[in-house]
Amino acid sequence: MTDSVLDAGGGQAAPAAGPTPASSPSANGPGAVPGALAVKAIDMTKRFPGVVANDHVSFEAAEGEVHALLGENGAGKTTLCNLLMGLYRPDEGRLFISGRAVRFHSPRDAQDAGIFMVHQHLRLVESMTVAENVVLGWSKPRRLRFSPRTVEKAVAEAADRFQMPVDPSARIWQLSLGERQRVEILKALYRGAKILILDEPTTVLTPQETEQLFSSVRDMAAAGRTVIFISHKLPEVLAVADRVTILRQGRSITTVPTAGTDADHLAGLMVGREVSLEATAKLAEEPGPVVLELEGVSARGDLGTEALKDVTLSVCSGEILGIAGVAGNGQRELAEVITGLRATTEGKITIGGTRLSVGDPRAAIDLGIAYVPEDRMGTGISPNLSIADNLMLKSYRGKTMRSGPVLSGRKANANAREMIKRFDVRAPGPRTLIRQLSGGNIQKVLLARELSSEPRVLVAASPTRGLDVGATQYVRRVLAETAQRGVAVLMVSEDLDEILELSDRVAVFYNGRVVGILPAAGANRQQIGLMMAGAA
Amino acid sequence: MTGPLRVERRLDTPKWLKLAVPLVSILLAAIIVGILLAATGHNPFSTYHQMYSASVTADGALTATFVYATPMLFTGLCAAFAFRMRTWNIGGEGQLYMGAVGASATGLVLGDWPRPLLIIAMVLGGAFAGMLWATIPALLRAYLRTNEILTSLMLNYVAGFFMYYLIYDSSSYWRDLTTPGASVFPTGKTLVANAAWPGITIGTFTLPMGFILGVGLAVGLLVLIRSTRYGFEMRVMGDSPQAANYSGIRTKRKIVSVMAISGGIAGIAGSSQIGDFGHVLDPRGLEQAQYGYTGIVVAALALYNPLAVVLVSLLIGGLTNAGFALEGPSFPTGLVGTMEGIILFTVLGGEILARYRIGLRHRAVAPAAVGTGASS
Repeated sequence: MTDSVLDAGGGQAAPAAGPTPASSPSANGPGAVPGALAVKAIDMTKRFPGVVANDHVSFEAAEGEVHALLGENGAGKTTLCNLLMGLYRPDEGRLFISGRAVRFHSPRDAQDAGIFMVHQHLRLVESMTVAENVVLGWSKPRRLRFSPRTVEKAVAEAADRFQMPVDPSARIWQLSLGERQRVEILKALYRGAKILILDEPTTVLTPQETEQLFSSVRDMAAAGRTVIFISHKLPEVLAVADRVTILRQGRSITTVPTAGTDADHLAGLMVGREVSLEATAKLAEEPGPVVLELEGVSARGDLGTEALKDVTLSVCSGEILGIAGVAGNGQRELAEVITGLRATTEGKITIGGTRLSVGDPRAAIDLGIAYVPEDRMGTGISPNLSIADNLMLKSYRGKTMRSGPVLSGRKANANAREMIKRFDVRAPGPRTLIRQLSGGNIQKVLLARELSSEPRVLVAASPTRGLDVGATQYVRRVLAETAQRGVAVLMVSEDLDEILELSDRVAVFYNGRVVGILPAAGANRQQIGLMMAGAA
Repeated sequence: MTGPLRVERRLDTPKWLKLAVPLVSILLAAIIVGILLAATGHNPFSTYHQMYSASVTADGALTATFVYATPMLFTGLCAAFAFRMRTWNIGGEGQLYMGAVGASATGLVLGDWPRPLLIIAMVLGGAFAGMLWATIPALLRAYLRTNEILTSLMLNYVAGFFMYYLIYDSSSYWRDLTTPGASVFPTGKTLVANAAWPGITIGTFTLPMGFILGVGLAVGLLVLIRSTRYGFEMRVMGDSPQAANYSGIRTKRKIVSVMAISGGIAGIAGSSQIGDFGHVLDPRGLEQAQYGYTGIVVAALALYNPLAVVLVSLLIGGLTNAGFALEGPSFPTGLVGTMEGIILFTVLGGEILARYRIGLRHRAVAPAAVGTGASS
């Protein structure tokens, strides 16, 4: 039976599947077990108004294989998963699960076929226990009585069996993000997952938690399950997957075994041209006069405790000041204080000599402070409004978007079309809702809006977090160019490499204070690391 | 597993469905109500005919429908406007009372003004009173972060008691103390004839001035929401308050001003009750009508669209009117209420239908396994 399935579902039918013979997955990775094809997707096509999100995408994954789907934001990874999960119905194409043709109408259908997904944003009820979350909405076996103790016991056994150490009686809100993700995976395994889709699972994890996740993934594969690993991070894909299918602009480009390839090669396939993963060149120039100045600024955090303590720093025109530090040491509060979103308790902030009024975002905007916030979806944009509306979020008060007293939709659309073109936003049109765009494209819209206002100061908080290779490089290039045009740039990042690559000077934050400010050229990573830890 | 039905979310709703769903919903409601009527021993067809006649064709029926629809139009607009920004002003009822108090005061004080000025003053008097009343929960919400649903709702009762106090428990300016019976049967002072709002009369049908005012207001609100900076700020606030704050919108002031406008609209409902219909402050009548609460239903059915509020208010106004006409010894009030409930239920249910695709459940895994026969 298994052999026949393998043959019938063989690689010949999939034109885009590349040179990989389906019969030899075992040769590709350390943990791959020769097995039947668990998933075979042929020519999956999904069209949305104005966009072909998946254009004849084909790939296959064997039992016991870790198969990565690699692609930039907007390449069609999420759409493909939603097709596999029954959230969308394909316009064309066929899907085989364990050799049987299937057609899913809802996620429940997919789950019945053994396909489960762990979403990037976890879907757990925070006030409930681990055990309750694991069984929530799962009516097998059907029982009338719900006994917490029985359930906890069953979940504890499952946790043991699948080697997912987690306390079944703990409440979700008490757990770290890594532990919560483990609960999601356990939930899928408990429900009999044979094929597990992990969507960008490492975004929320610390390096140690990532290691743990990878070892769990390998264990699951060794136990004969299929793991589909979605990512745009090349090192991770190389570390955990047996084979990689590369998606680009909605098409499956090729499938390659990870053994015998490298990051540069994959990046080239992903972006569709030769890319070098080396640093963005930054022109060393003499910085201009001081534009942004903070003197003895203190502010409270969300919980009322003092989050910024006596911060004094300045940023010159044409300079990038990098703010380094472990997350939660006052960087967010610093950005919010400068942009007027948070009130200062002491000290003063001046822009080109003019004092900024306390806690007034509009005054900050009027003084020429642009802000790319860390929380893109929640703060930086209005998700259910169109691209055009979001682009005029800060300029609607002026005259450019009006004809007479009323706002002009025509002018807004024209502006949006120009920005879409200038900042290379991949979107069907100016009336597309922002939330339908990928993370990289949302960030481009945000940058377009903030930079088109000709700011004097740009505050960018974690501007490349969660973005793929192409988008990250794009954003870094835009930041460097912005500084070269004479804007004072203050960039917060947890990525020390990014800071050292882009900044002229680095200010290290620890516990709400500036521990030190030093030039980035020739900076000692070791020393900055110690400063970030509060040890220097 | 989950039964024979499956429910899928629609990505986008086709245009024909947006039209078809409400029509089918109303038809479905008619069928369900028909069954109910037949089961309780009434002939559905003659009942429907009676309803139609009582709300449209009979002598004065259409006028009565507009009499019910006019206050619902205002309170519907009041709720729809505030709800657009996710500011939940449930206080239309109390704002209407206060509007009636304000408008009757204006009408009594300025009784000797020329008629057009007097009428304008009454409209503004009611709007201003409703606005002030709505400002209380608005300020509490904006600056002290109280829940405006609770505060605006509770203020409805306060406004109700205040209105009763003016007429029944005090010698207030509003109370008529001139007649000897006034202490036994307390009533409000009747306004001068000049303070009665003119309607447009065509044959036996009279279109109240308030309704025309309401339609104008609906158009104005639509323009305000769709194509002004004010409306743009409302849309951003409604979608994401953080983004609004980030983009420099004065969010606190915005909440207060939107609630105030919303309350002002409900206040005009009170003005219209005095000017168009009652010409006297009648606490009992206003309280029994519950137009403020009905307005919330009207707004929801209209999906917060001001122009749709006009149509829905007429539909609900007609239903209310027909309901009163049907009531009698052989037709209990409860049955009328049940009928109205079924109609609202199906229409709101239909909206959900329009957003989801519902069909019979197919087997998840197709029985034909394509690969099996190939090479074994």
